[in-house]
Amino acid sequence: MTISREDVEYVAALARLELTEPEIQEYTEQLNSILDYVAMLERLDTSDVMPTAHAVPLHNVLRDDQVRPSINHEKALKNAPDGDEGFFRVPRISLT
Amino acid sequence: MESVSIGKSVSEQHELLVHKDVSSTELTKAYIARIHSVDPDLQAYLTVLEDKALAQAAEIDRKIAQNEVLGALEGIPMALKDNMCTEGVRTSCASKMLESFIPPYNATVTDRLQAAGTILLGKVNMDEFAMGSSTENSYFANTRNPWDLERVPGGSSGGAAVAVAADEASFSLGSDTGGSIRQPAAFCGVVGMKPTYGAVSRLGLIAFASSLDQIGPFTKTVRDNALVLNAIAGYDPLDSTSVANEKPDYTKFLVNNVKGLRIGIPREYYGEGIDPEVAKGIQAGIQTLIDLGAEVSECSLPHTEYAIPAYYLIATAEASSNLARYDGVRYGYRAEAEDVLGMFKQTRAEGFGPEVKRRIMLGTYALSSGYYDAYYLKAQKVRTLIKRDFDQAFEKFDVLLSPTAPTTAFKFGEKSADPLTMYLSDITTVPINLAGIPAISIPAGFIKGMPIGMQLMGKAFDEGTLYRVAYTFEQNTHYHTLKPSLSGEVLACGSR
Amino acid sequence: MVVANQYEMVCGLEVHVELQTKTKIFCGCTTEFGSEQNTHVCPVCLGMPGALPVLNREVVNFAIKAGLALDCEIAEFSKFDRKNYFYPDLSKNYQTSQFDLPICGKGGLEIEIDGEKKWIGITRAHMEEDAGKLVHSGETISTSNESSVDYNRAGVPLLEIVSEPDMRSIPEVLDYLEKLVQILEYTEVSDCRLEQGSVRFDVNVSLRPFGTDTLGIRTETKNLNSFSSVRRCMEYEVARQAQVLNEGENVVQETRTWDEGQGITLTLRSKEEAHDYRYFPEPDLPPLVIDKEWVERIRKTLPKLPAARRARFQTLGLSAYDAAVITQAKAMADFFDEALTYYTDAKTLANWVMGDVTRLLNTNQCSVLDSPISAHQLAELLELINKGTLSGKIAKSVLEEMYSTSKDASMIVKEKGLAQISDEGALLGIIDDVLAANPQSVEDYRAGKDKAIGFLVGQIMKATKGQANPGLVNQLLKEKL
Repeated sequence: MTISREDVEYVAALARLELTEPEIQEYTEQLNSILDYVAMLERLDTSDVMPTAHAVPLHNVLRDDQVRPSINHEKALKNAPDGDEGFFRVPRISLT
Repeated sequence: MESVSIGKSVSEQHELLVHKDVSSTELTKAYIARIHSVDPDLQAYLTVLEDKALAQAAEIDRKIAQNEVLGALEGIPMALKDNMCTEGVRTSCASKMLESFIPPYNATVTDRLQAAGTILLGKVNMDEFAMGSSTENSYFANTRNPWDLERVPGGSSGGAAVAVAADEASFSLGSDTGGSIRQPAAFCGVVGMKPTYGAVSRLGLIAFASSLDQIGPFTKTVRDNALVLNAIAGYDPLDSTSVANEKPDYTKFLVNNVKGLRIGIPREYYGEGIDPEVAKGIQAGIQTLIDLGAEVSECSLPHTEYAIPAYYLIATAEASSNLARYDGVRYGYRAEAEDVLGMFKQTRAEGFGPEVKRRIMLGTYALSSGYYDAYYLKAQKVRTLIKRDFDQAFEKFDVLLSPTAPTTAFKFGEKSADPLTMYLSDITTVPINLAGIPAISIPAGFIKGMPIGMQLMGKAFDEGTLYRVAYTFEQNTHYHTLKPSLSGEVLACGSR
Repeated sequence: MVVANQYEMVCGLEVHVELQTKTKIFCGCTTEFGSEQNTHVCPVCLGMPGALPVLNREVVNFAIKAGLALDCEIAEFSKFDRKNYFYPDLSKNYQTSQFDLPICGKGGLEIEIDGEKKWIGITRAHMEEDAGKLVHSGETISTSNESSVDYNRAGVPLLEIVSEPDMRSIPEVLDYLEKLVQILEYTEVSDCRLEQGSVRFDVNVSLRPFGTDTLGIRTETKNLNSFSSVRRCMEYEVARQAQVLNEGENVVQETRTWDEGQGITLTLRSKEEAHDYRYFPEPDLPPLVIDKEWVERIRKTLPKLPAARRARFQTLGLSAYDAAVITQAKAMADFFDEALTYYTDAKTLANWVMGDVTRLLNTNQCSVLDSPISAHQLAELLELINKGTLSGKIAKSVLEEMYSTSKDASMIVKEKGLAQISDEGALLGIIDDVLAANPQSVEDYRAGKDKAIGFLVGQIMKATKGQANPGLVNQLLKEKL
């Protein structure tokens, strides 16, 4: 097994996904199958190869420091599930 | 007159409008009637904009009445895949997460098509967040293949392909990250182009994998495709990955001539996984091009088999980060919870479908501490090797040719049991996205009544040569003239 | 500190500086401070679906400028990376930052404690975007049932400056911070207004027995926003760690937060819960290639930094102390330099600037940038004293008047008829009157009581409402008597 159940639970926590018990089992199985498959990449010697982060060789794409209109209050909050006097409201944030 | 006109190409419709044989309002009404008639079965549309569309059509008709010059796309009704932002119009990505999301701005492509005077008929169905190859992952509905209602249209741009194939729109825009324009185009018997990465702005395209996503047109003919690409391509200063090249008039490449053109056949695209019938069909197509004077020979892209694992690590890694913003705070679905952590976890558990969650998990794992080097970094290095294969091939060839997909459209549920099986069917399309080069799928025949597509791959920013080969093939075959009857029979409908 | 005698303290600092560009780092929203919540926002900084970043050139310019001022190497090749974690003030739940190829490399600055100079190294400096602001319904996060988010600050450009763990005492830390902020203020890359959160400090502290080389386990306390809280936080944390060690326990490696009210640090998160940031190169932003020409263009815009200015003022006759006071804030040094172009007696000018001018500004809580008295006006006032038009004493009250009215000294003198009376004829008349009115004092003086002349001078000053030229009065009186 490349990835254990504990790994799956750790990754789900990192990704902020609440998984049900059947989901944990299903994902553990499926992720293992996928990871076993992707392991084939190890066959390739890439020690002298640079990674490609961008498909097009661009660099220094910059804009001028000019103010552009912001969207107004209303527009910003229009889709907010809980907007209150111009703020986006969220429930209690626990520290740890 | 109206119902016949919806079967015509964009350029034919333009002529009808210019000669006042049909008005934009009549054309739009005809499409709306068609949607009412066939979409309950096909389920291509998620949102139909009747009133808005008719208002836009009225505007164009005013122009026509005043004998103003009409642009190539003016008054032409079209549809947009529901991952492209349309201001004031719900944009859902076929997900519960964005079921009621109304963007406060337009995607750049939306703006450009609006400026070109097109009529937006509505937003069409897709796999949730563009993750899938069959549109079976939509939260709302399964879009059906008009050639056989028990088969998938392909994905993730299934709705966009179907809308064009079934005359529910004159053209549409889809997006392609690992084949999501080309494969549905092949499954539905239409033309689908994925431009070079950086040719079309991604601003307002709801991101799946940032370094792979590109927007492109679905059309019935190659000429139509070039016309639409003319309208949407070109530098956008608001997209830092957009390239400021000289933008050509793509229609200039629509020449019926491939004499001396060097076409490479990469042997790795004709391997075990390809249905022998499909391979035979493509062989016939290759022969057609040889007969027309093209110089065809075999070539090799040796790292092809590594493209799928590399793709599924890079795409899911980027997706896991791009989809982190869906947390119920600023927009979209929110689950009730005692605290913010609970809200994040429940919102995402309830708002995302299983395939999306699976890819987020895989991508998160590929980037996580201790695994980054073995997975994500390794995949980006393999990406370099894949790109190099193409660079070397293009030193000897002008275009490369392959089947677009290993099979024709499969039945609902056939591949959805095992995700890996679905992923493996992308073998012919994902290498192109990794390399960032352009590719087009054109109708190339039928097997047991289901369309097959031929894929042409080109050098970066050489969409022109792709259009040339595609146009020549199209003008010398008749596949593009055939339409689904929506009753199981293939019906010819005159020439285009 | 008693505790410090047992252990050596090792400290490193991460300083986050808001760069005062007009617009945010990745979008065109204004960076203006203090507006109504969620009014300086757009799809990009709100992290809306489909939004894309575009890098602000001026942010790169400012980062290079700050790096040069701090003696840092400027990277030839630099890129952005995504730092992935979830928090409500982070609109995309990742922060676009720089991981392994930051724009600035090694540098440093010199501190001075009790006359001894020491070099504090800077490891790196990188660009990143700020997060939004959280407002809690209760007193603190933990006592609030809900919180509210304002994204006006989200996307404001930050420069994060990381020091080497070179500091060994609290005075060293404070001098480093003071010098760092001063340099940043001089380059004008930030307004450095700590009270507005323009500069924030993360403090890393560990203890080890004297004479050892290995570093002890450190804690990080985040988000301090004043020098005084840095000092108190460090005092507390050092004492706390020493106590832990003295009890034979190990210090827990963790991130802590400073509770201003209670004056203590508290656990924020432990190592087990430490974030796995999953850094990867930002796919939406192409990398930066910074050539020598670009760096040189920025280098030419560097102002004379504090140390150089201090040295120059000293050559003009100021003491080291006075030079340090005046160059403390760039705005003050600029004011002084401008006045010098009109009035060349640097020492006198310095006395006035450090004395009455500063007093007036402080009393009225006014920044020298907003001073109602311009440098030119101050110079004019001092020139009037020089010419003998005003006595020093009257000049002081004229200065007050200038402060409240912003009028020129010469205007005030004219309006109020304050010109010092140096006309012998006029003075003689008044002297005669005073002498006639005070025969006893005249006799006392002639009898040998020198002090009596003081009284007479006083009477003359009173009669002239203080405008008589005292030197001349003395001289004329003595002649008369």
